[in-house]
Amino acid sequence: MNTWTLVAATIAGCYLLKLAGYLVPARVLDHPRVRRIVDLVPVALLAALVVVEAIANGRHYDIDGSRMAGVAVGAVAVWRRAPFVVVIVVAAVTAALLRLA
Amino acid sequence: MTSGGEQGPRPDPDATLRRKAIRSSVALGVAVGAYGVAFGAASVAAGLSVLQSCLLSLLAFTGGSQFAVVGVIAGGGSPAAALASGLLLGSRNTLYAMRLAPLLRPRPLVKPLAALGTIDESTAMAIAWLGGGPPARSAGPAAATAGGQEDPRYGRVAFWWTFGSVFVVWNLATLAGAAGTSALGDPGRFGLDAVVPVAFLALLAPRLRQGALERSIAVTAVVIAAVLIPLTPPGVPVLAACAALLLAGVLR
Repeated sequence: MNTWTLVAATIAGCYLLKLAGYLVPARVLDHPRVRRIVDLVPVALLAALVVVEAIANGRHYDIDGSRMAGVAVGAVAVWRRAPFVVVIVVAAVTAALLRLA
Repeated sequence: MTSGGEQGPRPDPDATLRRKAIRSSVALGVAVGAYGVAFGAASVAAGLSVLQSCLLSLLAFTGGSQFAVVGVIAGGGSPAAALASGLLLGSRNTLYAMRLAPLLRPRPLVKPLAALGTIDESTAMAIAWLGGGPPARSAGPAAATAGGQEDPRYGRVAFWWTFGSVFVVWNLATLAGAAGTSALGDPGRFGLDAVVPVAFLALLAPRLRQGALERSIAVTAVVIAAVLIPLTPPGVPVLAACAALLLAGVLR
């Protein structure tokens, strides 16, 4: 497989994976159990994304002090129900300032 | 939520919420999209051309998969292995699309575009705004999303604005990073690496306040993902976290 084949296959595969979800018949998605599962799956995916984005770099744990501090301050802002934009800004500013120091 | 249609001296609450949804979506889009610089740089370093890097960002448009593909190549892996890990990471978008389909109800001509825009951030933002409330404040109408009483208006606004802003910034940033003319440099310098997990946490928060089932699923998912990070290829920890539903007894 050369690079162009890889690029084309990645594009086609990733796009079709997305499209496939929209092609599932509505009556399947209306089934109560399917609805419940599809409604709860993002909870698991989001929780996993939080931890992976916070502490993973590829297959390695990567626990960076400045990032952790930014995440912690952002988490407090989330807990205090700060507006979304505020949450993002305090996390970024905390991590960036600690890196400058 | 009041359905105030009259134009009084007070601002229309619907318009205010809509503006809030748009502001949150654009903020997330810019922060996440800036990572395109890192992708562009990593992609060219792995041996892809600038054109190939930009095409991936334009048409695959799913950051995790793109990083996985160039990461495996850079690490000396085969193209087949690179493709496999990219698709593995991209497969969660199928689940997102199934969640979004009844909410967006895209017309046949819009469906291909909605599919392109179905990624972590746009899905999370759309779901968080489903109840017509801001994601970080679920005490109000946002808490009433359970049980099919969904008001899809703000969810749709959040989806399209998040998609649009991530798309524009991600692609411009990819070009900048790939062409090596990045004025931004390392996104970590701006603390953006802390923004990404926190953004997902903020989007998850309203669900955590919904009930004990959501919280137990989230905690189990965190444990599964954290344990699997060093044991499995990238992408697997996040997908495997879906087993949390199984452990919580949802599938019974």
